Amino acid sequence: MSSGVLLSVEDVVVDLPTPRGNLRAVDHVDLAVGAGRTLGIVGESGCGKTMLSRAILQLLPRKARPSGRVMFDGQDLLRLPAEKLRRLRGRSLAVVFQDPMTSLNPVLTIGTQLIETIREHLELDLAEARQRGVDLLAAVGIPAPEQRLEQYPHQLSGGMRQRVAIAIALSCEPKLLIADEPTTALDVTIQAQILDLLAREQRRRHMAMIIITHDLGVVAGRTDEVAVMYAGRVVERAPTSALFKQMRMPYTEALLAALPKLDAAPHTPLPAISGRPPDPTRPLKGCSFAPRCRYAAGRCNTEKPSLSRAETPGHLYACFHPIETGAGAVA
Amino acid sequence: MMLQAAPDPLLRVENLVVEYAVGGKTVHAVSDVSIEIARGETLGLVGESGCGKSTLGRAVLQLRPAVSGKVLFDGHDLTTMQGEALRRMRRRVQLIFQDPIASLNPRRRIGDIVAEPLVISGVKDPGRRSQLVHDVLSAVGLDPALVIGRLPHEFSGGQCQRICIARALVLNPDFVICDEPVSALDVSIRAQILNLLEEMKARYGLTLLFIAHDLAVVKAVSDRVAVMYLGRLCEVGPSEQLFARPAHPYTALLIDAIPVPDPDIRPAETVPVGEPPSPIAPPSGCRFRTRCPRADARCANEVPELRAVAPGQFAACHHPLV
Repeated sequence: MSSGVLLSVEDVVVDLPTPRGNLRAVDHVDLAVGAGRTLGIVGESGCGKTMLSRAILQLLPRKARPSGRVMFDGQDLLRLPAEKLRRLRGRSLAVVFQDPMTSLNPVLTIGTQLIETIREHLELDLAEARQRGVDLLAAVGIPAPEQRLEQYPHQLSGGMRQRVAIAIALSCEPKLLIADEPTTALDVTIQAQILDLLAREQRRRHMAMIIITHDLGVVAGRTDEVAVMYAGRVVERAPTSALFKQMRMPYTEALLAALPKLDAAPHTPLPAISGRPPDPTRPLKGCSFAPRCRYAAGRCNTEKPSLSRAETPGHLYACFHPIETGAGAVA
Repeated sequence: MMLQAAPDPLLRVENLVVEYAVGGKTVHAVSDVSIEIARGETLGLVGESGCGKSTLGRAVLQLRPAVSGKVLFDGHDLTTMQGEALRRMRRRVQLIFQDPIASLNPRRRIGDIVAEPLVISGVKDPGRRSQLVHDVLSAVGLDPALVIGRLPHEFSGGQCQRICIARALVLNPDFVICDEPVSALDVSIRAQILNLLEEMKARYGLTLLFIAHDLAVVKAVSDRVAVMYLGRLCEVGPSEQLFARPAHPYTALLIDAIPVPDPDIRPAETVPVGEPPSPIAPPSGCRFRTRCPRADARCANEVPELRAVAPGQFAACHHPLV
């Protein structure tokens, strides 16, 4: 993946001042996404995955203090003037959020919102933009697109609204689409349809994509590479198949083990992870996962493990006592 | 069709119909549902948003009036009970909700929140109440001395759900309805709460109705599973059997749609089966027919009844898969 890196996140830190002290939401993260590739970012609430995506999009809360570099197509987004950034967002860099009801304006029709985005970024007259809008709605699987243009968001179901949000995100042929929990608010049969739609459009447009999710199941079959985050840091990163075949980081293993499995017998006790993530305003000296880790010993509590290389190219993990390869519990 | 779970079930719902009016229209939330739950059993109830699963749970407790049908709890029909008699019955049935933080009064201390059901049910001796609160908090894995004086906002979502479970169990109920009890929780916390529910079931001898949209979660805790779609039951059967050999095309669709955490299982491109119709105007005949690959003319004209497709397994389908 060395050739054609589209986005590279380099040593990014995001600090948020809070009444309880500084909250380090993102803690020295490095990531890269190649053109046309899909990266999954997985983690639980508060792990920093959403704050990281906001840092890439430069949509951080005003109080936030980011540092590091976010190189996109040769430019550092952290240092780009606001006007240039605005041209980039929506044009080359698009986003789909979790809740399509809050990302769509409730008092404007679907058509107004879609056509506005198209005309903001592309040199098209109204009729051309409208036709493009109709084509996009049809492409994302919305029946009777002509009529939908006249409707308001509340007249559509959650799944249809997410399709509209995807149509708007795709409207200017972005190079990178960031999908932040795109299906969490949707029912399971609709979730499958939306994930299929994203995958199909990605292939067709040769677009790069970042899927941010708490669900290991969502990234398993649908990404090239996965980064697992815990307490603001990337704790394991690997090509998707390598990650699931031989995970090295105990947190990744524990997260997968804690998922109820469809092929397990009813009433099988789940290997739960005890405790909960550390308070982000009170960072630990050692590994953030150590208090919950069954392998933790010695320096785990006094020293932070950095990302080191596994045998498989591209596989990195941050652990002093990694799971032995071959012995890793694969679910 | 009676779905006989046991000769003497704890709960027996017969031909239950629940409807409500929205803007002059009628929402057919629960349409002619019959189901039984045996003593000591966990029945999982799955379905997508708007399928009527939560309404069914609330109708069992008489928190939603039924249009028709019966809810027999331990042989007593709750739909005809009122006042003190109904209140006495309700003490034996408790409810745990999805959002544990919203289910706790933010201005009351944990000790008072958990003691409240005891106060309402007339346990007058404060010493006795505090003993019971102490016992149940320890049972759900919280340190009573540390938590009773604190307020809900001082706790995480997982801890708040433990407090909700303690409150539900303090009256030593027979039956607990869990409505999406873990869907607001993170994966690592979810497993803790599911294990806790299983432990509490054994310790307090509970019968559970476990309502959720996540099939894997439901399978993890349920002896039998019932699948609902647009207000009707599609399929009921023993968990293992139902997941191994679903008979109703909707059950099969739900199972196929689950993202599996294994990259070797490439997600099959789903058949574009559209979205559920509105429960205000459900389709004629089989309500699933507008999304069903097997539907034909009969499905539009004739409501399929639940029929046995295998021992203990029932499906409401004219063209079952097994």
